[in-house]
Amino acid sequence: MTRHEARDLKATITGGVGADRQHDSAHKHVTGEAVYIDDMPEPAGTLHAYLGLSTIAHGTIRKMDLSEVEEAPGVVALLTENDIPGENDISPAGLHDEPIFASDVVEFHGQPMFAVIAETREAARRACKLATVDYEEKPALIDIAEADPETPRLVTKPLTLSRGDAEAAIAQAPRRIKGQMRVGGQDHFYLEGQIAFAIPGEDMDVTVYSSTQHPSEVQHMVAHALGISSHAVTIEVRRMGGGFGGKETQANVFAAISAIAAKHTGRPVKLRPDRDDDMIATGKRHDFLIDYEVGFDDEGRILGVDLRYAARCGLSADLSGAVTDRALFHCDNTYFYPAVHAVSAPLYTNTVSNTAFRGFGGPQGMLGAERIIDEVAFALGKDPLEIRKRNFYGETERNVTPYHQTVEDNVVHRVVAELEKSADYATRRRAIANFNASSEIIKRGIALTPVKFGISFTATQFNQAGALVHVYTDGSVHLNHGGTEMGQGLYTKVAQVVAEELQIDIDQVKITATTTGKVPNTSATAASSGSDLNGMAAQNGARQIKNRLIDFAADYYGVPKEQIEFLPGRVRVGNQEIDFPDLIKQAYMARVQLSAAGFYKTPKIHWDRDAGKGRPFYYFAYGAACAEVSIDTLTGEYMVERVDILHETGKSLNRAVDLGQIEGGFIQGMGWLTTEELVWDEKGQLRTHAPSTYKIPLASDRPKIFKVALADWAENAEPTIHRSKAVGEPPFMLAMSVLHALSDAVASVADHKISPRLNAPATPECVLMAVERLRAASAKAG
Amino acid sequence: MTTPKVRNEIRFLLNGRKVALSDVPPERTLLDFLRLDRRLMGTKEGCAEGDCGACTVLVGRLTGEKLVYEGVTACIRFLGSLDGCHVVTVEHLKRPDGSLHPVQQAMVDYHGSQCGFCTPGFVMSLYAQWMRDPSPSDAAIEKALQGNLCRCTGYEPIIRAARAISSYGDAREDPLAAERYSVIAELKALEDGARVVIGEDRQRLVIPANVVDLATVLEAEPNATIVAGSTDVGLWVAKFLRQIAPVVFIGGLDELRTVSEQKGTLTIGAGVSYSEAFSALSGRVPALGRLIDRIGGDQIRNMGTIGGNVANGSPIGDMPPPLIALGATITLRKGSERRTIPLEEFFIDYGQQDRQPGEFVENVHVPLPDSGTHFAAWKISKRRDEDITAALGAFAIKIEDGRVAAARIAYGGMAPTPKRALAVEEALIGKPWTAETVEQALLAYERDFTAITDMRASANYRMLAAKNLLRRLFLETSGYPGPLEITRNSEGAAA
Repeated sequence: MTRHEARDLKATITGGVGADRQHDSAHKHVTGEAVYIDDMPEPAGTLHAYLGLSTIAHGTIRKMDLSEVEEAPGVVALLTENDIPGENDISPAGLHDEPIFASDVVEFHGQPMFAVIAETREAARRACKLATVDYEEKPALIDIAEADPETPRLVTKPLTLSRGDAEAAIAQAPRRIKGQMRVGGQDHFYLEGQIAFAIPGEDMDVTVYSSTQHPSEVQHMVAHALGISSHAVTIEVRRMGGGFGGKETQANVFAAISAIAAKHTGRPVKLRPDRDDDMIATGKRHDFLIDYEVGFDDEGRILGVDLRYAARCGLSADLSGAVTDRALFHCDNTYFYPAVHAVSAPLYTNTVSNTAFRGFGGPQGMLGAERIIDEVAFALGKDPLEIRKRNFYGETERNVTPYHQTVEDNVVHRVVAELEKSADYATRRRAIANFNASSEIIKRGIALTPVKFGISFTATQFNQAGALVHVYTDGSVHLNHGGTEMGQGLYTKVAQVVAEELQIDIDQVKITATTTGKVPNTSATAASSGSDLNGMAAQNGARQIKNRLIDFAADYYGVPKEQIEFLPGRVRVGNQEIDFPDLIKQAYMARVQLSAAGFYKTPKIHWDRDAGKGRPFYYFAYGAACAEVSIDTLTGEYMVERVDILHETGKSLNRAVDLGQIEGGFIQGMGWLTTEELVWDEKGQLRTHAPSTYKIPLASDRPKIFKVALADWAENAEPTIHRSKAVGEPPFMLAMSVLHALSDAVASVADHKISPRLNAPATPECVLMAVERLRAASAKAG
Repeated sequence: MTTPKVRNEIRFLLNGRKVALSDVPPERTLLDFLRLDRRLMGTKEGCAEGDCGACTVLVGRLTGEKLVYEGVTACIRFLGSLDGCHVVTVEHLKRPDGSLHPVQQAMVDYHGSQCGFCTPGFVMSLYAQWMRDPSPSDAAIEKALQGNLCRCTGYEPIIRAARAISSYGDAREDPLAAERYSVIAELKALEDGARVVIGEDRQRLVIPANVVDLATVLEAEPNATIVAGSTDVGLWVAKFLRQIAPVVFIGGLDELRTVSEQKGTLTIGAGVSYSEAFSALSGRVPALGRLIDRIGGDQIRNMGTIGGNVANGSPIGDMPPPLIALGATITLRKGSERRTIPLEEFFIDYGQQDRQPGEFVENVHVPLPDSGTHFAAWKISKRRDEDITAALGAFAIKIEDGRVAAARIAYGGMAPTPKRALAVEEALIGKPWTAETVEQALLAYERDFTAITDMRASANYRMLAAKNLLRRLFLETSGYPGPLEITRNSEGAAA
């Protein structure tokens, strides 16, 4: 079997770890051949479901008359809570606080009350409009500012973080400032809306194609709703058209209803809401009211902070407990608080239940920290960057977080120093001051903000993952794992890991749809954990097979194991080299198992929520951004002139994919802080429920100059997959630089002597009103 | 004139192949036809209101001897409006040998897709742009992509891909360019001068043979829904499930798509699209060109018409305020009778226009500003491009010997209709053009307007920003030295 001469001896495999591999589906994306759930062939007899939503925010249902709905053309069946075979509950937190269909009480405008199943989607949709519902309306709590300040109703248990005596530290500080910041929510605006397609099987079985980041949870929810065991339910998702957290729990209700409908009618049922209904009926990023008090010295060193993070959670807990926890975990960003007291207030409101969204409370937490920095800087008349640097965590001291985890991998000093230099911050700040001195109408602003983001699910048990690797007798590999693909390139990265491990070209690794039938009990693809967890699990699976091959080859060829090496496309066994497929065939003939279930759990982490102490994060990811903006002081309109980013990726698995996450995350964060405004009216009706009214960034909103660099000089201090770092969420928060650059530009109208206290999103209106406020205050001060 | 012959089917080309349909529900959208009837799944539904671009396809249309391909949003384009067109979807791009089109290959190589759902729409918009201009500036690329939303990439890699397309192939050798003459011949062969009538009652759709025929049809069916670009009516159907039949599709009437100039007045046919109007107007009235650039995205500008924007009477339509400021008039036609009225008189109240049953807007007459008149039009919206106006101010002002000799000012978004600021004008006319006069005139705004608060802006902001536009006008006309507007093309960062 030695064919040294004839064989193509490759120096490297294609698509191994570190290659800038294109997205595995790129070719299919551009041709339109990539199959999303709505594109799947529909079996004969497929029906379509549509949801009837409440039209009030709070009240009881006196009578729901669906007779006209039932008689509408094409209608096959109706579903209400009475048709749910199992439990009328979709609460992911297990608190039984979120029904699939409203029963007697309606708790938000847009709550599902019933479903129509019809021959076509249009027929179902038209029929839904024929319902007559008689409500007894009750007062609704919409705005969190109107919640009872003393004993507000909470949806879940709040968290307190405490270190040192914050009250005393603030009281004794030379200077103190107290304030409040309002931070808006955000719609995910995944381009592919929510969708589920259920196919009934024999016995109790049902298969649901669900656009979800969390197939295992959908599986449990469907089983729960149908009153059957999880083993009867299979959930599959090949790809999503975007997720961003919006399909972590929000896919559940669509999957559950389509499954109930499928079992009810015995026919396949697809459920896809219109964009407007999707935006009205599904949760979003939490908006927050942050109350802060800070004590500091004349040098701008923070001595103590007291923080309260109140969040609009909606009618149920959903993930709000973990979201508000993560807000507190990031109330420090990169800053050391000698004394800190921080509490969360997950508030009940008569609005849709808010949920996960890239950053998961972390962005809102950090904005509180950055607002405090701004306050200190304006109070002292100093450049906010100077205050930021003064309060950075130390590397060996001043390095304990409010949750008592020691920051062991701090690289913020180097990241910020490098960016400050490469972005030419000091020179540009002077140039901007000159510009503003001679420009009355258009003003410029600049800000450089850092990011430190904790990586791991804060619920320790979620930090596990599984994978399934098969090697077929021709040497080709079938890869499956619990992670889902929503565009972030996870499938590509994990395939690169397996290709690397087995030293075969990535084309030999078939990436397959995520399904609960292959890898069970998975965690959501969330918390930036996708590659860290699934990459490790897949590597473990591939390594098991590799080790079996080594054992086999050592035995078969009679060479010591140390002399067996996996080379590109082949295996060196002592003095000979064997093509990978040939070795596989030999192993098969010798009855070696060529399939393995890989597994991984993150080491080191632990968290005691009641005590507010532990090590919730395996490591931190760092980055920094410098933004420059122009504002028009006549209209509040603005433009992002230039952004420089330096973001840390560890030893990147795929720099192209990571760059995409950084650029895309930044723009998405910029949208959150600028033009993406959610507006509810006094009746609790969301008025911004489509792209015509809800404005995410366009290509022409990009920074005019956009320079992104990867700080991959530092490999991960922890032994993560090939020493890479998670990159899904952290870059989102780099966009804080834009908000603070806007704040800097606004501040220029009052000679940087008054803190603009710019809330988010800083719409043109918000900017103009801040300009007016500062001008008036400045005139008053003389 | 005799009644034209009647045809009971629509005929068009779909990806180069002839399609004839005799069963065309008037509310059937092109997107549903592609996805549900033809199972062409590359074209996606993202929003069903023409705002995200995931459903972008190209529509090729004969104008005289020319064949022009333009991007449109299939979700709010009606199937019935495609008679005589060539519809090109993303499925048509891949080469027969399976290799990718230059646009597609560039998108792959520059990592232009992540989740991929918006990608076919981007590919089609970039394709249209590339055929127009194979080596576009960044500004041109951004303009071409105003109607496409991507939530994953942050657009940067898509822009990189767009810059590189021509290094993958020659636009002149592209199949749609190379096969142009055969497609023109095929489309010409479809032209038979017939009126198309399909269906009865609530299912009835009519495509008049020409403008005279349109007038005849509308006299017979005065309550029919007239559909030109369907950028508004499309939403009635896609969002509100309204039944709009009987429908009269006028988008294909070339006679309504003409622009002519006589004695300093441009006459714009009601069916002229924003894109066509841009070509006609941007050189003559640059401020209007810049404004049109901010209406919708490319797809909407290719579909939406000046006549439609006027006729539907929206208080936030972007064309009426500048047209009123310019002193435009419109011609309405019923049968063979015509009347011409000042545009501002057309708008009676919210949802109410001076249009009789059976009457239609035929032309808009736009006097071009004379050399002494300064014209400006500024739109304020939450997002710069492809957003709906919060407030829009348009000004035609003439300063002679330091005094305001004439002023016509109109606003959108500040009242139930597009409205002239008569009190403000009065406060200016005859006065010296000074900061003091402007400050005095600002006091008149409350007499002209009562702004409202909604999801786009508060009443306070609307009023303040509206007033500030007059301040901007003053600065612009009185030698203010610094920059007055932030534009995409202005100088970049400070260093």
